[in-house]
Amino acid sequence: MILLEAFSTPVNYFPILIQLVLAIGFVIVMMGATHLLGPKRKTTDKLENFECGIEQEGNARQPLAVKYFLVAILFVLFDVEVIFFYPYAINFRELGWNGFIAVVMFVAFFILGFTYIIKKGALNWED
Amino acid sequence: MILTAITLGFILEKVILVSIILGGSLGIAMYSTWAERKVAAVMQDRRGPNRAGPFGLFQPLADGLKLFMKEEIIPTLSNKFLFILGPSLAMLMACMTSAVIPWGPNIVHADGSVFTLQVADINIGILFIFGVVSLGVYGIMLGSWASNNKYSLLSGLRAAAQAVSYELAMGLSLIALVMMSGSLSMREIVEQQHGFWNNGYFTWNFFKQPLAFVIFIVCSFAELNRAPFDLSECESELVGGYHTEFSSMKLGFYLFAEYINMFITSIILSSLFFGGYNYPGMDWVALHVSPLFVSIIGVLVLLGKAVAFILFFMFIRWTLPRFRYDQLMDLGWKSLIPLALFNMLVTGAIILAFQK
Repeated sequence: MILLEAFSTPVNYFPILIQLVLAIGFVIVMMGATHLLGPKRKTTDKLENFECGIEQEGNARQPLAVKYFLVAILFVLFDVEVIFFYPYAINFRELGWNGFIAVVMFVAFFILGFTYIIKKGALNWED
Repeated sequence: MILTAITLGFILEKVILVSIILGGSLGIAMYSTWAERKVAAVMQDRRGPNRAGPFGLFQPLADGLKLFMKEEIIPTLSNKFLFILGPSLAMLMACMTSAVIPWGPNIVHADGSVFTLQVADINIGILFIFGVVSLGVYGIMLGSWASNNKYSLLSGLRAAAQAVSYELAMGLSLIALVMMSGSLSMREIVEQQHGFWNNGYFTWNFFKQPLAFVIFIVCSFAELNRAPFDLSECESELVGGYHTEFSSMKLGFYLFAEYINMFITSIILSSLFFGGYNYPGMDWVALHVSPLFVSIIGVLVLLGKAVAFILFFMFIRWTLPRFRYDQLMDLGWKSLIPLALFNMLVTGAIILAFQK
């Protein structure tokens, strides 16, 4: 029993599979139903993209502001660091002060990188 | 060994439980749309929906039926496969988060068998929730990009950048909580908040980690794309936001997914910080009434707490104005992340100092 609590076996994850199957089934049924139930009176004008009611001007897939990509890259970097905190948080009582000091050092590195990106202006949104 | 543990009865039990949870969260999501309109009406001194049935109670049903009966429009310039995948993914991920939530105390039958009111009790519950929540961003991103509409694209970019930014602070704020509980299992965290009062202090995590709660709830607002962080669907600049091009049930999926997410977030907030299914005097009920009642009242208490949070989300939406985009990003990156780190270190130092 203690073993079961400490380690999740595939049996613990099996119900998630059941939920996934039911959820996928639900989504497919709903999508199919709306496809069958609705009217189908398509015209070329109707199938144009909306743009203030006038004709569409060019394609929407143009180069984008690089800021958004920068945010995404920084997210990946920092999220990896955040994930490292979770195993520590679980074992934190056993690790005691030694572990705490190690994590303070890790946080210091985290903050160092963080200050660097802020000083570089990576998170400035007004140019 | 694995095969023997999965019996037909086990599968049947879980299928019924999952169906009830999925159906229930859909029902609550439907009536959240009604409640949102009623709350808005009350706050703006209007009547709100009052034509379909008493107090407009059939309004969500009428809306749902209307969405089914509408024409399905897929713009010619859009990417058809991704256009369908977007809303489906949003809905699917909204339905998956509820898998690890403990809905009530275990029901022990007379013959010793245990019925758990939880789909899957895995020891990484919180990580599972984070994983599924971050997959939910794909629904919005794919849908907005696939529709090949400038408004949708801008909205999807905003939503994605906002969601990933606040996910960092959200993950960091929970570390302090995990340090206290020493477990990532939702069941374990809720069990540790048993009752209401123990050893001269509150057992609920809100009273032990108020700062983590504040950070977490602010991040939930941002993750849900709700006011005051609803920049991805601000009507005044982006028409309908990422679902501008969507019609019929595909639009419905986006809207429903949003409300299901709001319900599940409320449940998670109550489970992590407000004791989940625990309530004052539950030991007394177990002793004097019956253990079954503990579970029944527990489920109702959890739903009650969730409804309180949903109403809170709605009050905020109709009270606060929208943030500006740079303010939003500054709040997430420059305030909440350092604050969450600070909270984590202070929590760690205090727990270690008082240990032994």
